[in-house]
Amino acid sequence: MSATETVPAVEATSVTKIFNRGKPNEILALDDVSVAVGRNEFMTLIGPSGCGKSTLLRLMAALTHPSDGEISVHGKPADQARQDRDYGMAFQTAGLFDWRTVSQNIELPLQLMGWSKSDRRERADEMLDLVRLEGFGGHYPRELSGGMQQRVAIARALSFSPSILLMDEPFGALDEITREHMQAELLRIWDETHTTVVFVTHSIPEAVFLSERVLVMSPRPGTISAEVIVDLGHRDFDTRESEKFFERVTAVREALRVPEEPA
Amino acid sequence: MTAGTSADAIASAGVADEVRRYERRQSAKTTVRRIGVFVVFLILLALLYTGYKAFGEALDDAQTTWPVVGSFLPRSDDLTMPPIRDIVAEIGEPLNRTDDKPLGAFVWEAALFTAREAAFGFFFGLMFGIGIAVVLVRSRWLERGVSPYIAMSQTIPLVAIAPIVIIWGRTSLDWLPFEWQDWMSVAIIAAYLTFFPVAVNGIRGLHSAQPEAFELMRSYAVKPRQELVRLRLPAAMPYLFSAFRLAATIAVVGAIVGEISAGVPGGLGRLILDFAGRYTTGPERLYVSVGGAALLGILAFGLVALTQRFVRSARVREGEPL
Amino acid sequence: MIERLRSMSPPIIVGIVGLVAWELVLQVLQPDGFVLPPPSDIVASLIATWDAIWIAVQSTGFVIVTGLLFGIAWGVLGALVVSWYRLADEMLTPLAIGVSAIPIIALAPIFNAWFGLLSPRSNQLIVVLLVFFPIFINTTRGLTDIDPDQIDLMRSYGASRWQITKEVRIPNAMPFFFTALKISAALAVIAAIVSEYFGGRQDALGPLIVQNAGLARYPDAWAAVLAGSLIGIGLYALARVVERFAMPWQTAVNQGVEG
Repeated sequence: MSATETVPAVEATSVTKIFNRGKPNEILALDDVSVAVGRNEFMTLIGPSGCGKSTLLRLMAALTHPSDGEISVHGKPADQARQDRDYGMAFQTAGLFDWRTVSQNIELPLQLMGWSKSDRRERADEMLDLVRLEGFGGHYPRELSGGMQQRVAIARALSFSPSILLMDEPFGALDEITREHMQAELLRIWDETHTTVVFVTHSIPEAVFLSERVLVMSPRPGTISAEVIVDLGHRDFDTRESEKFFERVTAVREALRVPEEPA
Repeated sequence: MTAGTSADAIASAGVADEVRRYERRQSAKTTVRRIGVFVVFLILLALLYTGYKAFGEALDDAQTTWPVVGSFLPRSDDLTMPPIRDIVAEIGEPLNRTDDKPLGAFVWEAALFTAREAAFGFFFGLMFGIGIAVVLVRSRWLERGVSPYIAMSQTIPLVAIAPIVIIWGRTSLDWLPFEWQDWMSVAIIAAYLTFFPVAVNGIRGLHSAQPEAFELMRSYAVKPRQELVRLRLPAAMPYLFSAFRLAATIAVVGAIVGEISAGVPGGLGRLILDFAGRYTTGPERLYVSVGGAALLGILAFGLVALTQRFVRSARVREGEPL
Repeated sequence: MIERLRSMSPPIIVGIVGLVAWELVLQVLQPDGFVLPPPSDIVASLIATWDAIWIAVQSTGFVIVTGLLFGIAWGVLGALVVSWYRLADEMLTPLAIGVSAIPIIALAPIFNAWFGLLSPRSNQLIVVLLVFFPIFINTTRGLTDIDPDQIDLMRSYGASRWQITKEVRIPNAMPFFFTALKISAALAVIAAIVSEYFGGRQDALGPLIVQNAGLARYPDAWAAVLAGSLIGIGLYALARVVERFAMPWQTAVNQGVEG
C-alpha cells in the first residue's frame, strides 16, 4: 500500500442490507458488498432487476442505512457527507418540480443552501449553458421533452458543484437515439467538471460506453459478481463501432450471464 | 450462486403463499385498527359532550355577559343537551302512551323506510349517471356543452325541488300501472343528488383507457358499443367505485332531506322533524333519531366499501386485471 | 382568447337551446300555476322581488362565506398537521372519510336547539362541517401523495422537514386543494339554504323559497332558487380565478366536467 494513496471518493465496506427483517417478506438485498470508487472515476453498476444496485446507490447517498457494514464518502460517514452536500443525484424520472420553471428547478438546491438570488440566477444560467439548454430557463418542465427534462435534472444535480454525482438509470426512459446523445453529453460534462460519477444502469452498451470500470452485480442475494475494466480511452462517436467496444460489451454480457437451469 | 432447481421453485411458491397470508393478515389488522380509531373517536366525543355540560353554569353565564362570544357557545342545560345516559336509556322507552313499542323500534323502522328510498335513489342515480356518461362520451361537443349544466344542476337546493317533485308525483303520474307513493318521489330526489358524482367520474373513467388500447380496438374494427363494453366500462370501474362510495352517503342525505322538506311520513326525516318540533317534551328522542340517521349514513358507506372489496377480490381470483 | 371563446361555445349553445325550448314548451302548453314556470316568468319575478331577494342573499351569503372561510381554514390546518405525522394520517384520514358519511344536515335540529332557533350559528356550523371534510381529505392526499424521488432529492440536499413541506408538499397539494375548493363552494351554498329550512335567520333564502313555494307562488320561489344558484356559480367562478392565479404552471386543460 502506497503511503500517498488517496482516500477513495466513495467506499462501501462489507455492506449488508436487509428489508423487512424478521417478517415473512424479508429480503436480503445486499450481502457483504465492498466497493471503492476513486476520485474523478466514472464507475457503473450493472445487473438484472433485484440485484441491489439501486439499493447500493441509495446507501451511498445516505438515503437509507446498511443493516451491517459501513459507507464512507471522502473518509467521512455518508450521513455527514449528505449534510455537507457532497453529492448530487439524478433519477430515472427526472423528478423535476412541475410548479417551478426550469431555472427555478436548477436553483432549488442553491436556494436551500442559502445562496443569494443573484448568485443563484448566475449559476443557473451557467448550468443551462453546460447542458446546452440556453434560453429555456423560463419554461415549465411539462413543456420539455424527456431528454430535455433529464438534462435539467443533471444541471440541477451539478448546480452546487458536488464532488460526487450519483445517477440511477437517468436515461432509462429515453429512446435509443436521444439516449446515445445524452451519454455523450454526460461524458463531456464529466470531463469539464471533474466529478466522481457512480452510475446505475441495466444497459450493457451504456455501461461500457460511459465508464472505465463496470461492476457487475447479481441478485438473490445482491453481491458483486465481477468487475470489468473498460480501457477504451477517450470516447467519441466512433467508439461504439470499434472492435474493442464490442469485445468489452461481450465481456460484460458474459459476466452477467446466469448459469442455465438444468432441464 | 445457486442455480434454479425444481426444489427451489417449490420453495419459492411456498414463500409466496406465506407472504400473501401475511399481507392479508396485515390488511385485516388495518381494518380492525380503523374501527378502533372510530370507537375511540366516539368515546372522545362523548367525553367532550359530558365535559362541556359539566361547565354548564359558567358557560350559561358567559352567554349573557358576552353576547357575541356567547353566541358561539351552545347552551348546556339538560333540556338542550340531555346527558348521554338519558339518551341511551330513551332508546328502550316506549314512544306512545298507547303501546309498549320502544323508541328504538320506531327509529329502526323509520331507518328501513329511509333506506329503501336511499337504495332506490342510489340505483336510479347510478344508472342515470352511467347512462349520461355513456351518451356524452360519444360526442366531445355534447360533453363540453352539457357538462357545465350537470354541474350547475347540483347548485339548485333540494328544499325547493322536493315539495315540487312530491306534488308532481301525486298529480301527474296517475297513468302509471301502479300507485305512485310519496316515498318514490323521495327516491327520485335522492337519485337527483346521486347521479352527479357518478356521471362526473363516469365520464372521466370512460376516457381513462390508454390511447394504445383504443387504437387496438379500432384495429379490430369494433363497433362503438363493443368498444364501450369491452374497453371503456372496465377502464371506468375504479373511477365509478370511488363515486359509488360518495353516492351512497349522498343518497341517504337526499332521502332524509327529501322527506323533511316534503313532509313524507314514515321515514327518519319525518321522525327527526317531529321530535324537533316536540323538543321540550323529550329532547332525548331527537338525539336518538339523529343518531339513527348518522348510523344509516355510515352503514350505507360501509356496505358499498365492502361490496367494492368483494368485487375486487373476486376479479383477482378470476385472474382479471384490477 | 379566440380559442377560449370557441371552447365555451358548446355550453353556450346548449344553454341557449335549452332555455328556448323550456320557454317555448311552457308558453305553448300554458298550464296554470305549474310548478316549473317558464324562464321569462322567473326572471320577471326576480326583478320584481329584488329587494326581498337581495336581503336574503346577504343573509345567506354571510352564512356561506363565513362557513366557507372557517371550514377551509380548519381543513387546511388539519391537513398540514396530519401530513407531518404519518401515524396521524393513517389513523385520522380514514376516520374523516368515515365520519363524512354521516348526513350532517340531520344534525341541524340539534344545532338549532344548541344555539337558538333564530341564530345563524347553527347554519354556519353546518356549512363549516360540510366544507371541512372534502378540503381536509383532499388536501391531506395532496400533501402526502408525493413522488418519493422528490422527497429523496430534498433529503439528499439536507433539507429540513419544514423545507420539504414548503417546497414539495404544499405546491403538490394545490391541485388537490382547488378541486376540493370547487366542490366545497357548491356544497356550502346548498348546505346553507337547506339548513335554513330548520332554523336560522328568517330573512334568508331558505325560508324565502319555502314560504313562496308553500303559497304556490312558484315564479317567486324559483327566483329565489335562481339567486341561490347564482351565488354558487359566482363562488365557483371565484375559485377558478384564484386557482389560475395560484397555479401559473397549470395551463388550463379542459378535461371535461370538473367536479
